[in-house]
Parts: sequence; structure tokens; C-alpha cells
Amino acid sequence: MALGDLERSVMDLLWDRPGPHTANEVRDTLAGDLAVTTVLTVLSRLEKKGLVQRDGGRRPHRYGAVSSREDHTVGLLNEVLGSVPDRQAVLARFLGGIGPDEAAAVRRLLGD
Amino acid sequence: MSVLLLATLAVALAWPVPVLLDRARWVRRAPGTAMVLWQAVALAGGLSLIGTPLAWGLGPFGDHLGESLPAFVAALSDGTWVDRLEEDVWMPARIAAVTGAVLLAGHLVLTLAVTAWRTVTQRRRHRQMVELLATPPAERTVEQAHTRVLPHDVPLAYCLPGLNGSLTVLSQGLIDQLSEREVNAVVAHERAHLRQRHDLLRLAFESWHRAVAWLPTTATARRAVAQLTEMLADDAALKSHDRTDLVRAIVLTGEAEGVARGTAGTDAGRTVPNVQEDGSVPLTLRFYRLLDPVPPLSLTVRLGVIVTALGLMALPVVLLA
Repeated sequence: MALGDLERSVMDLLWDRPGPHTANEVRDTLAGDLAVTTVLTVLSRLEKKGLVQRDGGRRPHRYGAVSSREDHTVGLLNEVLGSVPDRQAVLARFLGGIGPDEAAAVRRLLGD
Repeated sequence: MSVLLLATLAVALAWPVPVLLDRARWVRRAPGTAMVLWQAVALAGGLSLIGTPLAWGLGPFGDHLGESLPAFVAALSDGTWVDRLEEDVWMPARIAAVTGAVLLAGHLVLTLAVTAWRTVTQRRRHRQMVELLATPPAERTVEQAHTRVLPHDVPLAYCLPGLNGSLTVLSQGLIDQLSEREVNAVVAHERAHLRQRHDLLRLAFESWHRAVAWLPTTATARRAVAQLTEMLADDAALKSHDRTDLVRAIVLTGEAEGVARGTAGTDAGRTVPNVQEDGSVPLTLRFYRLLDPVPPLSLTVRLGVIVTALGLMALPVVLLA
């Protein structure tokens, strides 16, 4: 499995089953025959990306998602809709570019 | 004399020309041609903006940059440049002009580099999140490899250009609320943006605006170019899809966007004019041409505009060399 797919599986797991998990628990829940070191690598990559947090202190460390899938989706949406400054040009968002006023005017013209 | 002509060109391209081009109605009949003209206006405008102070500042070393620049560099290296300039009453102003021109040129290049770098990194980060959150479409009718569906109710579609493969992102809300034909029209529209590399055009005009934000026409150019990319993508989608499907899809996403923002009509810097006093909304050219199709400009006229654009780009070079 590619690293990207693994990250996705791990995030799906942490999102769908809240509550911190140890790397061993993550490995046991994931399909396939993964080494714990692989799972730990993926978890630390996700931690660097700010998606996963590790509770400090005693070992074994436990990992959980920083915020929910819904929160991340809303975050993406805000970037796309330009609520985040300077992002609109960056994302080259396209189909939009029409405001609600104009949309309503066109709808009237269409006779809806 | 050529410096005066160049200065006139710089002023014309900085203000009246972009304003007139922005008002021109013919662009809806030839968006691709208009796009070439906008690029020529920006490029020639930038060149003449840098070239005018540079050519004037180096005036004591020759009438043209081709002559004065090598003479100035030679004078710099043998230390005689101060002597040459001391004979000139305008010396402080000329030094300021040359310095300003060099700084402006550096500023433009640097802004382009910074904007491009930020764009690439933010897009990469956004894409990583999309790959984690979105799934390929379940429907077989939508091309699956380069499409992702975000689990959200707001109908929206956008494209994410990338170095290793671009993505079209749709929301589940779009798929649920639009008919299959409307969704396919949207996908065709987004694909056209990606295929025609509209992101690069937007990047260029975005950084041109960021670099010279004090020049209001750079915002005009940015908005006009954005609208032209929409027209071009509309045209590409209409080759294989129904006009009504495309218009309905655009209207639905536009309305939903207002709801999602919760700031309908109040957003500053919108591309769409606000409601007039009589309650009507002036439509952008993009919608005029979608609702009331007009035949494209004749090939002769379009060729004429292209030749004008090429001449415009060559003009500052001819005047400077």
C-alpha cells in the first residue's frame, strides 16, 4: 500500500473511532499485515502535518485526530470559498465567480 | 524623443487602455483573442514602466538603452560614471530614476516568484487534505481517476491544478442537487480550466496586481482575465454539453455560495456588481453571452487584434533598443 493510502486508512480509523489509540491498536484494526514501525512512521508523518496529536507522558504513546473529519472539510470549504484571505487565487477556484445576486437574476431570466 | 514616447506608452497602458478594454463588449465574442490582448497590455505596460525611468536616467550615456546601458556599465567599471553625471543638472533625479527602475524590476520578479511558490505549497497542502477527506465518485458516468468528491452539502466545484496530475473536486451536495447532465457540464467546464492552464494566467495577473497594487487597473486586469477564463471554459463545455445545463449548474452553485458564506452581497471585492437601486443586477458579460449567444468575431478582426497585441509587445522593445 502506498504511503498516501496508508495515511488515509489511519485517518479514517482515527476519525471513525475516537479516543486515542496506541500504534499497536491501530495496526490491529487496519487490514493487511503491517509492521508497527510502519504504523508509527505514518502516525508521525500525520503528526507533522498537524492532523494527529500524541498524548505525552507514559509509553506506549496514544494517538488521536486533532479535529474531526467534518471540521477539516469545513476548513477546506472556507479556503475554497475565499473566506481565508488570499486563498482564492491560489486555488484557482472556477465554477463560482458568480455572486448570489447575479445567480438570482439569472434564475429570474430563466423563468424558474 | 523615444523616452517621451515610451513614457506616453507607459501612462496609456497603466490607465486608459485597461479601462477601455475592460468596458469593451466585443470580448464576449472572442475571449481567447481578448486574453492575448490583456497579456500584451500587461507585458508592454510593465516593460514601459521600467524602461521609461531607466532610459531617461541613463540619458547622458546615450539616446537608446542599447547604447546607453553598455556605456553606463563600462563607465561604472572604470569609475568615470560620476564625472559623466556631474555635467548633468538632473544628476540626483537620474540616479533616483535608474535606482527606481532597477528596484521595480527586481520587485516584479520577486513578487512573481513568491506568489508562485506560495501557490504551489498551499495547493499541495490543500491537495493532501482533499486526498484524505474526499473519495473518487461512485457514479460511473463521471470520470473517476481525476475527480474527487468532498462529503459536504454545499454544491460546489473547483479544480486543483498540480504538477503531477490535476484534480477536479466536486461536493456531494453538487452531485445530489444537480442532474447528471448538469454535473457533467460542470466537470467539462473545470477540465477546460485545467487543460488550458488558466491557473497560470491567473497566477501571472495575481502577482502583477500584488506587485503594483497601487495601480488600480491591475485589479481591473485581474478581474477581467478571471472572467475571460470563465468564458473560455464555458465555450469548451458547450462544445459537448447543453447550454441550459451549464447555466443552471452555475446558478445553483452561485446561490449556494451566498448561503455558505452567510454574507450574501456584502463581500468586498466581489467580481459581481451589487444590486442597483431599482433592484436589478447588471449581469456580467459572461452571462450575457451564455443567455444570449452571439456569433464569434470574424477571423479577420481577430487576426487584426492579435497583430495589434504583438505590435504592442514589440513597441517598448523597439523604443528602448
